[in-house]
Amino acid sequence: MKPNLTYINSLSGGDDSFKEKLISVIKLEFPVEKATYIKNIEAKNYQIAAENVHKLKHKISILGLEESYKIAACFEKNLKENSMTLKEDFENILQTITNYLIKL
Amino acid sequence: MNCIIIDDETTARVIINQLCSQINTIHVAAEFPNAMQAIKYLNQNEVDLIFLDIHMPDFTGFDFIQTLKNPPRIILTTSDANFAIEAFEYDCIVDYLVKPILLPRFQKAIQKAENKPSKTKALSNNNKIETTSGNDLYINIDRRLIKLDIPSIYLIEAKGDYINVKTEEKNYTVHSTLKKIEDKLPTHLFLKVHRSYIINIKKIIDIEDNSVLIKKDVIPVSRSNRPELMKRLNLL
Repeated sequence: MKPNLTYINSLSGGDDSFKEKLISVIKLEFPVEKATYIKNIEAKNYQIAAENVHKLKHKISILGLEESYKIAACFEKNLKENSMTLKEDFENILQTITNYLIKL
Repeated sequence: MNCIIIDDETTARVIINQLCSQINTIHVAAEFPNAMQAIKYLNQNEVDLIFLDIHMPDFTGFDFIQTLKNPPRIILTTSDANFAIEAFEYDCIVDYLVKPILLPRFQKAIQKAENKPSKTKALSNNNKIETTSGNDLYINIDRRLIKLDIPSIYLIEAKGDYINVKTEEKNYTVHSTLKKIEDKLPTHLFLKVHRSYIINIKKIIDIEDNSVLIKKDVIPVSRSNRPELMKRLNLL
C-alpha cells in the first residue's frame, strides 16, 4: 500500500487550510523524528530508538499505511528486547514516507 | 468544557485541536508539548478536561496524573493500546483513544466525559485549610498545599465565605471559616477578639479602648472578648 491522504482528508472535513497546516507540520516533524531514530540506532540506544519508533508509528498510521503500522509495532517491540529484526523493513517504510512527503 | 492538550508531538496536537473544533461544547484553552508546562498552567487555571498523551519523554502521562491533587476528567491519547488496563485504574480517566483518532470515536469519548461528573467543578475555588503539623498549617490554594509557619500568622479576618490569613511574608485568601482555623491554632498564641477577627497576641503593638493595633491593622475587640484578652496580657 502507498501512503495516502485518506485520513487527513476525512479529518479536514473539506477545510483546506487545516489540511495544509497538518501536512506542513508532518513535513517538518517527520524528518526530525527519523533522524533521531537513526542516531539512536547507530548509538545502539535501542530502548530510546523504540520510543522513536513509537512516535513514528503515528505518522505511519496518519498516512494510511496499515500494514506498515503493524511492522512498526513489531519492530518497536523487538527493539525493546534489543532485537534488530524488522529493522530493514521499518527503514524501507521510512524511506517510502520520505519520498512521498517530498512530492506533497 | 474547557480543555487542554498535552502531547509532545505537534502533529497530534494539531489533530486533536481539529477534532475539538468540530464539537461545539469543547473549547481548547491551551496546549502543551510536555507535562511540566501543563502543571504550571493548572496551578493557575481550572480546566474541565485534559487530552493527555501517555508516551512523553521524561514525564509520562501517568506520572503527570499522579502530580494532580484533584485531577479533572482525562482522555488518554496514545499509539499504544497496551496501557488500557492501567489507564482505567484512575477514576479521572474517562476514555482511552488510540491514534490515529477518528471523529466518531472522538465524539463518543467527549460524550463520556460530559456524562462524568467533574470533581474539579465540585472543588472549584476550593482553597481550604487542610491540616496542621506542629508549627505548620497547610492551606489549599488552587490545588496546591501551601505551608504556613503558624507563629508568622498575625491576623485572620473573616470575609463572607472566606478568611484572609495575614502572615509576616504574605496574605492568603482561603475558603474557610474562622471557627475551622481557630480549631487548628494553638490557644496560647491566638485569640478570637471579635466575631470577625482572630489575632496573634504576641504581635500586638498596643491596645486602646476597644481595639488592638497589630502591624498596621486596627482590630476591634468586642466587649465580651476583652476580659479574656486582658487576662492573657502580661500586665505591669
